[in-house]
Amino acid sequence: MKGEILRGLVILLVLQLFGEWLSESLQIAVPGNVIGMGLLLLALLLGWLRLAWVEDAAELLLTHFSLFFIPAGVGVMVHTEVIARQWQPILLATVLSTFVVLGVTAKVGQWLEGDEEGVPDDL
Amino acid sequence: MTSELLYSPLFGITLTLSGYFLAQQLYRRSRLILLNPVAVTIVALILLLLLCDIPYEAYAQGGRVIHFLLGPSVVALAVPLYRRRKEVMQRWRPIFFGVLAGAFSSIFSACGLGWFFGGSREVVLSLAPKSVTTPIALGIAEKIGGIIPLTTAIVVFTGCVGAMCGVEFCRLLGVRSSVATGLALGTASHGIGTARMLEVDRLGGAVAGLAIGLNGLLSALLLPFLVLLFG
Repeated sequence: MKGEILRGLVILLVLQLFGEWLSESLQIAVPGNVIGMGLLLLALLLGWLRLAWVEDAAELLLTHFSLFFIPAGVGVMVHTEVIARQWQPILLATVLSTFVVLGVTAKVGQWLEGDEEGVPDDL
Repeated sequence: MTSELLYSPLFGITLTLSGYFLAQQLYRRSRLILLNPVAVTIVALILLLLLCDIPYEAYAQGGRVIHFLLGPSVVALAVPLYRRRKEVMQRWRPIFFGVLAGAFSSIFSACGLGWFFGGSREVVLSLAPKSVTTPIALGIAEKIGGIIPLTTAIVVFTGCVGAMCGVEFCRLLGVRSSVATGLALGTASHGIGTARMLEVDRLGGAVAGLAIGLNGLLSALLLPFLVLLFG
């Protein structure tokens, strides 16, 4: 199946490019890669693309998904002045708000899941 | 090292991959969730560049190459989602309303807390898209008048906080379902949280991937409107 990695990368890049083009020409706030994700899902659901064509490339990229965030994080070093000026509200709001969102989302999800049939699967 | 080598993509790519590899080894051996590989690598690389007096621009030549891969990876998130389509469709109500509640709570808690602790208008606006995935968050920040590099920093930091504490925090709250936990990690801490969720559970990871896209979409639609309303 390793031969499908090239085909998969081509599909992912073409869909991203098409998504970027749509995002730019329709002047919408949704970024091109998210549109590309929607297009890929649609194409798989409609049977236009086969899962076997993209799954190896997707697996390769998603196994190392967190690696791709590192350069953006390192970029912070250029903007330490902005952060140094107001580090307290930034730090406190970011940390506390992240816990608020985790709690609200998990609780609402759990509550609505309980309404449905079937036992929720345990971790 | 000659400056020609420092300014070649080889330098930044090698530095990022080696740092990430070492951080992952450290994470696996120590089993300490606080030593999240992304957070550790970012801090280590910044310190290294500052201590060795290497300009950021030199690192960025290679950094950009790795950053580029974020784009096709977001497209690739459709694959785990497609594989788990039955489970996801069955649970569309908790997923949709969970993310909607999360998106609202994120915007209001980030802006409210930022304002409460004395943040300036620009800082509050930069905090607004904090739980949204980097590429969408930057688009939103630009639209509503936040400081773009500051939003990048906040978004990455948010991701690290969620990846470090999210799973454990959900358990602490008595949430045991992998769908609800994945939902929380994807909504609160986007891709970095999703990467952590993928380590724990595949279905949870697929739901987290969906939550990234859904939260990004809802926030991109809601935020410009809310800023007009409360601005």
